[in-house]
Amino acid sequence: MTKPMTLYLSIWRQPNAKTPGKLIQYTVTDVSPAMSFLEMLDQLNRDLVRKGETPIEFDSDCREGICGTCGLVVNGIAHGPERATTVCQLHMRHFKDGDAITIEPWRAKAFPIVKDLVVDRGAFDRIVASGGYISVNTGAAPDAAAILISKEMADLAMDAAACIGCGACVAACPNASASLFVGAFLSKFALLPQGQPERKQRAQRMVSQMDAEGFGGCSNIGECEAVCPKEISLSTIARMRRDLWKALF
Amino acid sequence: MTLDAKIPSGPIQDMWDKHKFEMKLVNPANKRKYTIIVVGTGLAGASAAASLGELGYNVKTFCIQDSPRRAHSIAAQGGINAAKNYQNDGDSIWRLFYDTVKGGDYRSREANVYRLAQISVNIIDQCVAQGVPFAREYGGLLSNRSFGGAQVSRTFYARGQTGQQLLLGAYSALQRQVDAKTVTLYPRREMLDLVVIGGKARGIVVRNLINGQMESYAGDAVIIATGGYGTAYYLSTNAVNSNATAIWRCHKRGAYFANPCYTQIHPTCIPVSGQHQSKLTLMSEGLRNDGRVWVPQPKGDKRRPSEIPEAERDYYLERRYPSFGNLVPRDVASRNAKAVCDEGRGVGETGLAVYLDFADAIKRLGEKTIDEKYGNLFDMYERITGENPWDVPMRIYPAMHYTMGGLWVDYNLMSTIPGLHVLGEANFSDHGANRLGASALMQGLADGYFVIPYTIGDYLAGTSLEKVATDHVEFKRVASEVQADIARMLSIKGAKTVGEFHRTLGGMLWDYVGMARNEKGLKHALEAIPRLREEFWQNMMVPGRAEDLNKSLEMAGRVADYMEIAELMARDALHRAESCGGHFREESQTADGEAQRDDKHFSYVAAWEYNGLNNPPVLHKEPLLFENVKLSQRSYK
Ligand SMILES: Cc1cc2nc3c(=O)[nH]c(=O)nc-3n(C[C@H](O)[C@H](O)[C@H](O)COP(=O)(O)OP(=O)(O)OC[C@H]3O[C@@H](n4cnc5c(N)ncnc54)[C@H](O)[C@@H]3O)c2cc1C
Ligand code: FES
Repeated sequence: MTKPMTLYLSIWRQPNAKTPGKLIQYTVTDVSPAMSFLEMLDQLNRDLVRKGETPIEFDSDCREGICGTCGLVVNGIAHGPERATTVCQLHMRHFKDGDAITIEPWRAKAFPIVKDLVVDRGAFDRIVASGGYISVNTGAAPDAAAILISKEMADLAMDAAACIGCGACVAACPNASASLFVGAFLSKFALLPQGQPERKQRAQRMVSQMDAEGFGGCSNIGECEAVCPKEISLSTIARMRRDLWKALF
Repeated sequence: MTLDAKIPSGPIQDMWDKHKFEMKLVNPANKRKYTIIVVGTGLAGASAAASLGELGYNVKTFCIQDSPRRAHSIAAQGGINAAKNYQNDGDSIWRLFYDTVKGGDYRSREANVYRLAQISVNIIDQCVAQGVPFAREYGGLLSNRSFGGAQVSRTFYARGQTGQQLLLGAYSALQRQVDAKTVTLYPRREMLDLVVIGGKARGIVVRNLINGQMESYAGDAVIIATGGYGTAYYLSTNAVNSNATAIWRCHKRGAYFANPCYTQIHPTCIPVSGQHQSKLTLMSEGLRNDGRVWVPQPKGDKRRPSEIPEAERDYYLERRYPSFGNLVPRDVASRNAKAVCDEGRGVGETGLAVYLDFADAIKRLGEKTIDEKYGNLFDMYERITGENPWDVPMRIYPAMHYTMGGLWVDYNLMSTIPGLHVLGEANFSDHGANRLGASALMQGLADGYFVIPYTIGDYLAGTSLEKVATDHVEFKRVASEVQADIARMLSIKGAKTVGEFHRTLGGMLWDYVGMARNEKGLKHALEAIPRLREEFWQNMMVPGRAEDLNKSLEMAGRVADYMEIAELMARDALHRAESCGGHFREESQTADGEAQRDDKHFSYVAAWEYNGLNNPPVLHKEPLLFENVKLSQRSYK
């Protein structure tokens, strides 16, 4: 076992949406390299509670990189320094003894802060409700084998469908755009035959809801793709644009 | 009260069709006048809420997470079973039915399992139509893999993210109904109690997790789809917010709890790395299709795996179970891993691990194929352990994973409280004493898409319901009880964190109600758990306030419930003096160490009735009759 580390953390504390927040300094000791980043925060919280202080609130659930609940900006990078890794899957072996780490919430107008590192991503659900589906009622489906889909297309659709809706793309984008999220959602349907009938209206509705929620526009910076834990491709945004354009004309 | 499972009469193949025909229907124009409360947005809850919304009911749906899409179902990796027989390898509804009854070690209800197998085929159709990107063959057909406990290829999958894709399908269907205004979403709400009026489930009390306020919701029926209680063990493969609170509080209001000791310990998880561990990560069972499980032959062999020659390796599953090999069911695989580690042949720093080796498969199938099949799982393993499974075999060990027990329901998925329906992992109905891989997703979606939309209509059409609103005294009374509990937890200001108590409790369950159980250990647990519970209520330390986002407080409430459910699990395990499936009583084994059932005395569902915290619960038995499958000693040799 490698020896335990001491880390110097600056963590965003904010009691609620209305009260302004600030960075507070904490020292956490006895950090094992085998811990995950969130387990390191668990340990800090345990120590805070024992000292009678209020623990730091942050969201997590699956802790295996699939539910999209966690989301922290670590040293300025959404989900931290490891490529294609959510912060719950980031392990402390990537840090060294004595490191200083700044931890902040997602920051975007459309993601208001709830408390400390917890934000409200309800805007994503509203975008999906505006058209992110195929209109098929339960029981109305034909036999699954009736639709042939090439392996290539199924794989591409799966690449886009891998999005976990964490919002890192929004947090990383200087415009706080949700284009990668929406592009991925539209693409997984656009790449499949089942998604064709509603393709244009789906693009139109989801994009207009995205605008209504206060997300910024996309100016092809690419920060979103760089931080995406599921490596969703910028090409999904290009597809979204084409579909939107086709819908307009 | 005598338990009536309401199993339709007649041949098993016709039961469901006949039952559907005989059910009372709600007039389409009247459906919107009924409010249905759905708690939980996993596969079971989301599919139910969406389908009921489509039918025109007024649905209110609740979850703990900030979005319904984040329910724990999202984490399921391996796949979903269906008797499509697309591979022409001899599968059929009958075979899926048979495999599931056998896999459950003959402790499930035949009628329910048969219906599940029938419906399985519709689920795949539904999901494909929704745009779920299942894996495909080059010719465009759906691809299948095989899973533990089956000798046919009937598992449909979407890479290693099947649960995610199925849940996103159900979530999209749900959001479509939100848009249509038939469904209202209430995220970040935790159900803390059930409101029963006139003997019927009429509403719930929830805590708004953002501002801590108590909120009450009234309805004509309540559906609980809140998942299993595996997190009682502290370390498990479940998400950290998975909990037993909703089902436990329903139990305390009168819903019987069935087979609480039937829990599943999954054989292929990443071993514990230290005290800091907050959860365990599953490596999909699909890996056992190509990975070979082994340990060194000699005890205490500290050589690196690459230095151990073929002849000194023990591929113990292939050796003991030549016909199923590495694909034996989970309970068998887990027990065998424990046995070889107990013999001192485990590997890794702690000695609590066995190898899962892909070297042969890589040689046989090539890197490209293995990468396509398991690449993301290999990456995940490396991210967590820092070891590369392309070079060294994975180390795996069993971990708590799934709970077959749950609230007792009849064939209509209704509990012993009229109007309270229970779906998905939260009920006990289909998996007996051991669940087969890829069958939980199937059951959750069967319950939600295809069973409850029918059976709830029958309930509503056949019941007279007085008008009830949240200003009813009963809502006020329940809300104030819940509030008093919260105030009490905050006022204790003791010396131990809730996490410490949870870890201690989890350790007890793992040691005494885990992979192997015996009378002495269970009796010990039945003394130790209440003692721990007493200490918990005197010495817990919960920071912060009630009127605020406070995850420590949320956790305290859940652990309070684990403290009670744990005792019932131990009690049930003690009373069931036979071994069956995941419930292995050391006193009851065959000569070669397999689980030995005692059909004469234990062929029943144990349904427990709550009788106050300081009184023993009352046991009710639902006899299990096997008319279609012949009971036999389960063998995978
Ligand atoms: C890592 C992993 C992999 C798995 N892989 C497979 C697989 O490959 N194939 C397979 O068939 N099965 C698999 N399973 C099992 C399967 O995923 C689960 O049994 C199934 O998804 C449970 O679905 P559910 O709808 O019953 O509940 P869940 O998905 O657990 O959903 C519970 C819902 O209830 C809500 N909730 C809980 N408590 C409350 C409360 N008190 N108040 C309000 N809301 C509440 C939650 O917010 C959530 O929305 C796997 C399980 C795990 C842990
Ligand atoms: S907690 Fe689920 S993705 Fe991180």
